[in-house]
Amino acid sequence: MTARPPVRALAAALAVLSATASAGTLTIKGSDTMVTLVQRWARTFREQNPDVRIQVTGGGSGTGLAALVEGSTDLAMSSRPLAPVEVERLTAKTGHAPAVISVARDGVTFFVHPSNPITSMTPGRLASVLLGDVARWSELGGPDRRIILYTRETTSGTSEYVRASLLSHQDFAPLSQPLPGTGAVVNAVSREPFALGFGGAAFAKGVRPLAVEVDGQAVAPTPDAVRSGRYPFTRAVTFVFARPPSGDARRFVEWVLSDEGQALAVAAGFFPVT
Amino acid sequence: MPGALHPAVVSRPTPPVEGARRRSAHWDKVVEGLVTVAGGAGLVLLVLMMIFVVREALPLFLDPTQREHASLAKLLLPQPWRVGHPEALLWNPTSQVPKVSLWPLAVGTLKVTFVALVVAAPLGIVAALFTSEFAAPRLRVWLKSGVELLAGIPSVVLGAFALMTLATVLQTAFGLDFRLNALVAGVAMSLAIVPVIYTLTDDALRAVPPTYREASLALGATRWETAVRVVLPAASPGVLGALVLGVGRAVGETMIVLMASGNAAVGSVNLAEPTRTLSATIAAEMGEAVSGSMHASLLFLLGALLFGFNLLLNLTAGAWVRARLHRREREPA
Amino acid sequence: MSGVTRQRVGRVFEALSGAAVALLLLALLAVLVDVLRDATALSWRFFLSAPGGSPAEGGIFPAIVGTAVLTLLMTVLVMPLGVAAAVYLQEYAPPRALPARLARAAVHHLAGVPSIVYGLFGLGFFVHAVGRALDGATGHQLKWGQPGLLWAAATLAVLTLPTVIVATEEALRSVPQELRAASLALGATRAQTLARVVLPAAGPGILTAAVLAVSRGAGEVAPVLLTGVASWLPDLPDSLSSQFMHLGFHAYVLATQSPDVDASRAALSGTVAALLVVTFLLNLLAIVLRGRLRRTAEGL
Repeated sequence: MTARPPVRALAAALAVLSATASAGTLTIKGSDTMVTLVQRWARTFREQNPDVRIQVTGGGSGTGLAALVEGSTDLAMSSRPLAPVEVERLTAKTGHAPAVISVARDGVTFFVHPSNPITSMTPGRLASVLLGDVARWSELGGPDRRIILYTRETTSGTSEYVRASLLSHQDFAPLSQPLPGTGAVVNAVSREPFALGFGGAAFAKGVRPLAVEVDGQAVAPTPDAVRSGRYPFTRAVTFVFARPPSGDARRFVEWVLSDEGQALAVAAGFFPVT
Repeated sequence: MPGALHPAVVSRPTPPVEGARRRSAHWDKVVEGLVTVAGGAGLVLLVLMMIFVVREALPLFLDPTQREHASLAKLLLPQPWRVGHPEALLWNPTSQVPKVSLWPLAVGTLKVTFVALVVAAPLGIVAALFTSEFAAPRLRVWLKSGVELLAGIPSVVLGAFALMTLATVLQTAFGLDFRLNALVAGVAMSLAIVPVIYTLTDDALRAVPPTYREASLALGATRWETAVRVVLPAASPGVLGALVLGVGRAVGETMIVLMASGNAAVGSVNLAEPTRTLSATIAAEMGEAVSGSMHASLLFLLGALLFGFNLLLNLTAGAWVRARLHRREREPA
Repeated sequence: MSGVTRQRVGRVFEALSGAAVALLLLALLAVLVDVLRDATALSWRFFLSAPGGSPAEGGIFPAIVGTAVLTLLMTVLVMPLGVAAAVYLQEYAPPRALPARLARAAVHHLAGVPSIVYGLFGLGFFVHAVGRALDGATGHQLKWGQPGLLWAAATLAVLTLPTVIVATEEALRSVPQELRAASLALGATRAQTLARVVLPAAGPGILTAAVLAVSRGAGEVAPVLLTGVASWLPDLPDSLSSQFMHLGFHAYVLATQSPDVDASRAALSGTVAALLVVTFLLNLLAIVLRGRLRRTAEGL
């Protein structure tokens, strides 16, 4: 036995470390509403650009933006406007304001079980339900059952959007159940006759979207109503960069905004930006 | 002491051999040194873990802004939250007005652990009693191996089962308002801890000297009476150890509760309502917490609490079990 | 109560306790059957292709590779340390002395630390402290200071360390004292005795330790959640700092985030099946190996 094998092993380990230090991947993180959409984009984009590595992770808009501040993602998907503190943090980090690019439009939809007799609500009623002030369907003309509320974790841009646009930033009812993704909300509502949840319009499968009463008229979140803005809860979903994108990231964004990219967004249940 | 052998050997005169011997002696020291360092690794890691988890929670108590938003009063006492509503204990640290009460999470953790223990403890102990006292030796090996094998089901699999199937079953069976609740999470959790309780209880029962059983049977007790009144009490320190390990596992288990508890941070004691545990909160919220923010510090505080709880549980239960075992060792078997 | 009645009552309770074992085994089996029952809808392509645009589409190959690489790396990290620590406790440390007692107590406590706390530790220590220091030293902007494969593996290595130490200690204890005495009497040093006699004799037991560690580590999701997992990453990890897909986490994503759970049930079953192949078969192997070892030890 000599001292050489350990030394050689150490050298080999260092060689591995330095050899692996050059890989470049476009990391995308954030909004769960957008994950499926961006995964589709990424898959098609990569078919045309096999040299580009892309990774997409959900967790919510807040997660993506936090990761952007940390520097652990190149691109954050956000389904809500940035909070002032987030802009501040990003600016402090890079020296200039973050680049926010709208990549598609989405209508936030409120879901109930298909068997639920309630088909529409006014924004005010929705707000009382979400705050927990209205706790039973009977108060809305439905059966005498508790309203089971599904929301999203606070990382969610959808949840932030709903709190901002309906609840003037108040919290959801304490007994509301935050779930880890819009998919989970849709799935939960589809299994519970007395549940109410919300999420991107793209997800409405196995549940019934509620129409929202605007000026005494029920407006369902149809593609036309969302595109025209008649449906009140529409929003842009965005890509956020810490600094203006370049290289692969730039190519990806340009492609996403192209006709091909926007057509894919429509196929995924979203709406074009323009 | 075996190490004392070789100085005599080294003193042999042939020079090349002596060189080799000296190298061996040198290696002996090196190996002993390395191994000793590694032996301390467990201790070092435990201390590091304490330092690094506590360190990231410290700003809560040191940083003035964090101290204001998460003061001890806000962590522990009811706080105002909405006009016209009584003060309440709520957890919502990223709200415009952060709510950072630890109670809902602590209550949630206790609720789920309680359900898990109520289901798993009798089942595990009685099953172990059968395996140790009544099963034929061959059957015993099969049963024990079977449970040991099933103990390897990852908790995410139990969570998926609870979320998709068990929740529906329990909701239908008990007519529950909420599909996901402390009961579902607790029952699923019991599946994770029952193998632990079973295996360790069986070990403890097997460790009871056969003479106890023989004496009891000779006095006319039935096998069941012997098992329950003689063997089980004699094995009680080990059984308690098994329960403690089960509790420790249930308190810290994350994926099952994250998936099946509904995650609403309400501190009610109603088992049929959704609930949020300490561990699930860390898993659900760590992703969005910017390092260094109050939110991140809070989550590390939850981690420190879990760490401290398990340490305390182990220390007290360990001391108790050791004391009981010690007393038994001094008694003639 | 007459003797006969007591006998009868005893029998009834014995039977009931038997039913408890059956219930326990059946409940756990029911979980497996329920979660796995849709796997039959899958073809082998599912296991060998990359994920598609939504969770229910495409395959899980990157998750299989990610889990395999992660656990392999974890094993490489934990085994030398764990075996050496066990050797210290079993072969070198005076058994009743304070250092050995402390070391043993520490291992005992480590085994009781919740896995999510390991995740926090991995994040706070490996990613934030070690990783950022490494970035500073190597001049990287942000490479090691973020969650990735190496840090997740290191975290799991810490998590499985108690398992390895305890199992290796058991293996070392089963090596007869006479073998050591004979080797030392022949003039071998302690290190030589260890390397050429004790460790080879304990080999199968140490293998069991590795198998147990892998079976435990591969199934843990909570720690990797904080230290490096990605939910959609069709490329295989190409660096120790890459993020990676993971079977357990993928199962979590499929079960909780898919809008159409019925459509993704087959994918979930397949993912769980792949996960169980690692955790379950290795667990089985460990049980068989250990049973054989114990029989051998008792035979000696």
